[in-house]
Amino acid sequence: MTLTSTSKPAGDGLRFYGVWLLGIAALIVLPMIFSSGGSLTSFSLIGIAIVFALSYNILLGQTGLLSFGHAVHYGLGGFAACHMMNAVVAHKWPIPLPFIPLFGGLGGLVFAIVIGWVMTKRAGTVFAMISLGIGELVASSSLILRSVFGGEAGITTDRTALPKMFGWSFGPQLQVYYLIAFWLVLSAIAMYALTRTPLGRISNAVRDNPERVQFIGYDPHVVRYLAFCFAGFFAGVAGGLAAINFEIANSAYLGAIQSGLVLFSTFIGGTAYFFGPILGAILVTYLQLGLTSLTSVWQLYFGIIFIGIVMFSPGGIAGLLMMHRPLVRAGTLRTVIPSYLVAVVPTVALACGVILTIETVARFAGGDVINLLGIGFKPASPTTWISAAVLVVGGGLIARLTWRRIAEAWDRAATVARDRGYLA
Amino acid sequence: MSGAVSGQSAAIEVRAVEKRFGNVSIIRDLNLSVAQGERHAIIGPNGAGKSTTFNLISGHIKPTSGEVKLNGEVISGLRPFEINRRGLSRSFQVTNVFARMSVWENVRCAVLWATGHRYAFWKNVDSLPEVRERTAKILDDIHLMHRRDVPAGLLTYAEQRELEIGITIASGATVVMLDEPTAGMSNAETERAVALIRRLTEGKTLVIVEHDMSVVFGLADRISVLVYGHIIASGTPEEIRRDPKVKEAYLGEEAH
Ligand SMILES: Nc1ncnc2c1ncn2[C@@H]1O[C@H](COP(=O)(O)OP(=O)(O)OP(=O)(O)O)[C@@H](O)[C@H]1O
Ligand SMILES: [Mg+2]
Repeated sequence: MTLTSTSKPAGDGLRFYGVWLLGIAALIVLPMIFSSGGSLTSFSLIGIAIVFALSYNILLGQTGLLSFGHAVHYGLGGFAACHMMNAVVAHKWPIPLPFIPLFGGLGGLVFAIVIGWVMTKRAGTVFAMISLGIGELVASSSLILRSVFGGEAGITTDRTALPKMFGWSFGPQLQVYYLIAFWLVLSAIAMYALTRTPLGRISNAVRDNPERVQFIGYDPHVVRYLAFCFAGFFAGVAGGLAAINFEIANSAYLGAIQSGLVLFSTFIGGTAYFFGPILGAILVTYLQLGLTSLTSVWQLYFGIIFIGIVMFSPGGIAGLLMMHRPLVRAGTLRTVIPSYLVAVVPTVALACGVILTIETVARFAGGDVINLLGIGFKPASPTTWISAAVLVVGGGLIARLTWRRIAEAWDRAATVARDRGYLA
Repeated sequence: MSGAVSGQSAAIEVRAVEKRFGNVSIIRDLNLSVAQGERHAIIGPNGAGKSTTFNLISGHIKPTSGEVKLNGEVISGLRPFEINRRGLSRSFQVTNVFARMSVWENVRCAVLWATGHRYAFWKNVDSLPEVRERTAKILDDIHLMHRRDVPAGLLTYAEQRELEIGITIASGATVVMLDEPTAGMSNAETERAVALIRRLTEGKTLVIVEHDMSVVFGLADRISVLVYGHIIASGTPEEIRRDPKVKEAYLGEEAH
């Protein structure tokens, strides 16, 4: 039988803090390496997306609540932050900008406190449907209640008008980036700590088996409600950061697209590990920024990626990575790597074929030339069609063979890992 | 039978309970009394309503009529967690654990409420000494310490049954109800599990549903026989063995 080690290696604590310190160091250094305005904007957006996705995972990954309306808290946090900033300026309150995300958080939290008790009475489909309804309700109200939400135009603000802190005006994007990075670290630590509290663990229990939780003294409704409030707070923080970054809050913050995007990021990153949503948020934000400028049908690619992950790797990117941990420990990973390398070429060929097909269809009626890996393809030319067909069929057939080899190599490596006691 | 003499009231008192699903009466005029510290077995043929009785007492379902008392206090109508907090803990016939969480986490979660940590979100769960000690003790007791980091869903069947018992007793409840804890176990596993149950419920009130007659007669101080949702006899193992109604309705047809 397998024997899982019971005592933790001494280096674990060190490694744990090492990862966090490394992350913080990366946040500090990044803008020094990539200092263009474009990258600073991207980093800022990614930071906001990470906070938002982590807050969503309090619901989805940790408590088992599938929400279709999480952007409501994000958006209300954004509006709360904008109103607060304007109030600070109007009343000359001595509150500098770095404190504003806290009010965003409170905006998200207050709404969660008010609406959450009814919403979290049931989990599963009921919760999902109510969250969808609330999301639509708030998004449409935001267009009607003009005094609070500013109608179509939204509420604008000027972040530089607030009192300075350390002499920073927060006009330059670099300063805004560091403000976001600061709140990202703070929120990530807080949300990680939450997973390691009695409430965090009982949330996992509610996710796994809400019925049994009742027989160990807990009311799953209360657990879900508290988790919902925390998720609402941190979503509000993310919304507040967005409001600072864009100096505006509008109804788009609250809507179904934003709610879908956070679900998408979190799921792609992987809900079973704390760092999963971080990966997801980075990837999705990058794709969003990158793809929109490359192709008009970028949503199609999002859809394909999402379906691919759901079908082939329900644990997301994090799940895919963590699958390798027992192999690394057992020292059998190197037996799998060659099969990965063999699979790269046909898989890329297949992907290129799919992209070429999609773009050909999308641009057939008079679009631009398709630029793929530096080669130009004319959408209306038969050469392009043939190339696409060859890549899809040929690449696909060979790719399938190589994937099968990965599975075989994987099975062998896993068997060894199991024998050595690294896999349950 | 006048006023409540506290400390001497029965651990569990079920009075005239009826349970209907639709217009089918599954439990009819159920009366059951389990004294403090008693080991009480409920036996009866399949579908007699043993698990339903457990569900009624533990608050999983509500009686259509009648009353259930725990240590003299009426608990029928309370929610399962309210009843659990009053010191009654139950296991399930079909294993009912937290599948994606480790064995350690499973037991620890069951310890948290009883140690007063409730919904705390300001304490690190890993640095609560009494929680850690109690969890470790339970894991030692149920012989699963060597499997502490394995997700509960990956345990063998017998291990899951032991974890089920561990979760049930982890809160330190004084009234423990086990629904067929040894179902599906081999003889050796059953023996081990019974020894475990005997040891872990020392000084507690135990209500157990069990099909294995040697286990029942070896373990129980008193036995109740449930047939078609009604208790036809209740008494010491000797009384039950001699009872003609029981022989006819149940024991006679049990081959093993
Ligand atoms: N929720 C329900 N709705 C309708 N009928 C139910 C429900 N729960 C149980 N029953 C019925 O009640 C009867 C008693 O079921 P119960 O599970 O209590 O029997 P049991 O004595 O535990 O049997 P077993 O030995 O098979 O575990 C069965 O006929 C069952 O079909
Ligand atoms: Mg049963």
